[in-house]
Amino acid sequence: MRLLIANGYVIDPSQGINAGKDLLIEDGRVAAVLGRGESRPEGAEVFDATGLVVAPGFIDLHTHLREPGQEYKETIASGAAAAVAGGFTSVCAMPNTDPVNDNPAVTSFIVEQSQTVGLANIFPVGAITKGSKGEGLAEMGEMKRAGIVAVTDDGRPVPSPGLMRRAMEYARGFDLAVMDHCDDRTLAAGGVMHEGEWSLRLGLRGRPALAEESDAMRDCALAELTGARVHLAHVSTRGAIEAVRRAKERGAQVTCEVTPHHFTLTDAACEGFDTNTKMNPPLRSREHVEAILEAVADGTVDAVATDHAPHHADEKALEFDHAPFGITGLETAVALALERLVHRGHIGLERLVELFSTNPARIFRLADRGTLRPGAWGDVTVLDPDLSWTFDASRSKSRSRNTPFDGWTLQGAAVATIVAGRVVYRRERSAVGGRQSA
Amino acid sequence: MKAVLNQKHLLGIRGLSAEEITHILDTAETFREVSEREIKKVPTLRGRTVINLFFEPSTRTRTSFEIAGKRLSADVININSSSSSVTKGETLLDTARNLEAMSPDLIVIRHPSAGAPHQLARVCRAGVVNAGDGAHEHPTQALLDALTIRQQKGSLRGLRVAILGDILHSRVARSNAHLLTTLGASVSLAGPGTLAPPEFASLAVGGGLRVESRIEDAIEGADVVMVLRIQRERQDSAFLPSLREYAVHYGLTLKRLRLAKPDAIVMHPGPMNRGIEISSDVADGARSLILDQVANGLAVRMAVLYLLGGGAGALNVSTNPATQAKVETESSPEASTESLSAAVAAAHADSSKS
Repeated sequence: MRLLIANGYVIDPSQGINAGKDLLIEDGRVAAVLGRGESRPEGAEVFDATGLVVAPGFIDLHTHLREPGQEYKETIASGAAAAVAGGFTSVCAMPNTDPVNDNPAVTSFIVEQSQTVGLANIFPVGAITKGSKGEGLAEMGEMKRAGIVAVTDDGRPVPSPGLMRRAMEYARGFDLAVMDHCDDRTLAAGGVMHEGEWSLRLGLRGRPALAEESDAMRDCALAELTGARVHLAHVSTRGAIEAVRRAKERGAQVTCEVTPHHFTLTDAACEGFDTNTKMNPPLRSREHVEAILEAVADGTVDAVATDHAPHHADEKALEFDHAPFGITGLETAVALALERLVHRGHIGLERLVELFSTNPARIFRLADRGTLRPGAWGDVTVLDPDLSWTFDASRSKSRSRNTPFDGWTLQGAAVATIVAGRVVYRRERSAVGGRQSA
Repeated sequence: MKAVLNQKHLLGIRGLSAEEITHILDTAETFREVSEREIKKVPTLRGRTVINLFFEPSTRTRTSFEIAGKRLSADVININSSSSSVTKGETLLDTARNLEAMSPDLIVIRHPSAGAPHQLARVCRAGVVNAGDGAHEHPTQALLDALTIRQQKGSLRGLRVAILGDILHSRVARSNAHLLTTLGASVSLAGPGTLAPPEFASLAVGGGLRVESRIEDAIEGADVVMVLRIQRERQDSAFLPSLREYAVHYGLTLKRLRLAKPDAIVMHPGPMNRGIEISSDVADGARSLILDQVANGLAVRMAVLYLLGGGAGALNVSTNPATQAKVETESSPEASTESLSAAVAAAHADSSKS
């Protein structure tokens, strides 16, 4: 089976390609990147990408799929459908399911379920500690054999520096990245939003930036001590960014991701007590948002990830104090990044592809992903950077609707998603202002 | 008087203009007289239903709203969280929708979570009055405080007000900070470092909001000293070493009160912890207006219920509502036959004004 993605503009930072090219995929793998003048192969199905950007498949390092255990929020099938509708060919599934993905049986279940669904590649991430309880280490080696690509106790960060040290040392032996949600619980003190002017005004308990920063500094120091690969999830504060920047300068193997909501919204969005503005880390104040944008531009930030965290409407209808943290993000991430990062001049398209594909593949060592080198998987994200469209949460492929971006008109979108040479998603042409060719 | 209250709900002081605040205070002033009558009732809200939905224990505020509603002849229903279905696991919004199905005109809500009244207002047709939401706002408390100050000092403009105690967790402090600075007073907040964050100064509407670390600095030269209630649980959660130490370093005593202006007044939203945040000789002293606050609370809540629940006409008040009530009674014959007390009250209102 052959697919020729013709007439597009190929951007692949892994090979330094940034030019009008055709891409040939054969039997699920990249066969060749052809120059405009080169003769096209016979008998290939043609995808006309005139006016569109063709990039290696986008990878979300941070997705909550909720299966097993909370299928009313999301399933692997609905999450995968949302992923490909948002332009992601691969997502990394966080382990805070029920039961927690802390053993090879759960890992295997997720892998098998993903293969049945077949839409996107799902890479499970295992727990650091058993039950993510922050006590004993989980069976990382066995989970890796079953398919995990990293470990994290996301949502329930490891509180003990001593245990985190052991986790890093142990994970290093299996070449697994240790991903951490930096959040010192004693400093966060039960806060429900960013601590600052707005939390004071609204009378809501605040989580200070320092709760994230002190753990980020700890993890960076531990990365140096242990030599482990450490990935900081959803970095949202100036201090945490600064900690990563310094660790990188010192040669530590530290990487980090930021989310679209943290570079798009500030804590002022909490004013109306809309629980779709409640997430952890919380929306921060303007100075932190500016620090993130600077770090995206200067290379300190390695990846954009969604932290897609579906919750049922009934749960989000609770009081701000009691509603769960988190918002969905798979279907809005690429558009928000195009609009807020590219169109506002912080970065170019090449850097965007690096943040969504090249670097995520490198961070979790996803072999033959994040590149269009011949032999790599035929995972492709096709972008229309200028497409103007309106996000309608009621039509989301996710089972949940908890997003603060419902009704937003955005500029730029993924218009087709191709996994192993198969077109698994294609945006309807009826979209307003669409320029997609037939 | 031709001011307009451009609100369907009263969710907080923040966002109200000086004109709107003054209008509520002026309206409250006219209602004070109703409570001094022999028959303390006017028919203004007859046929209207007010639900007091209280998710937190409260005697003072709930009673005040209940009496306010009854003196306006509204049907007042009290729902306390302990007796409601909340304990059976029903969500706030389900409770709200169920109440809504019974067509109330106003819902007065007290809730331990900030923002609960705002969430209620989004799903309810009824007007929503915030009677205290978490640490966010307590607008009728700030209004009754302002009314009390205004009665004593004539105007709030240029006054120096000290607010002492647990600023961080206080909805009273927030509502007062907004209201007092909007009406031109300058406010000094003071309390222990754990409970009086310096960042609070950024919440000022005008420019007159400061945070002092020594309460003496806040009291010095003050026209008004407002003392907040200290919650006993603060000493168990590392905000305070002990209530004893709090009393020694942050309690309002006669000695500290001498730093204020000679004619300074003392206020407390209640309930008081005597001997902790305020000494009894201050609380019971000549400068204490604590019981005036309670009386004014009733007038303010009557004004708020009247302005929000009195129908379209009431949103644009051009006459004294207490006398306007008589007109309403006369124009609806069934009202006068059904409600003798209303007619008596109206007649009384008429005579007392003449």
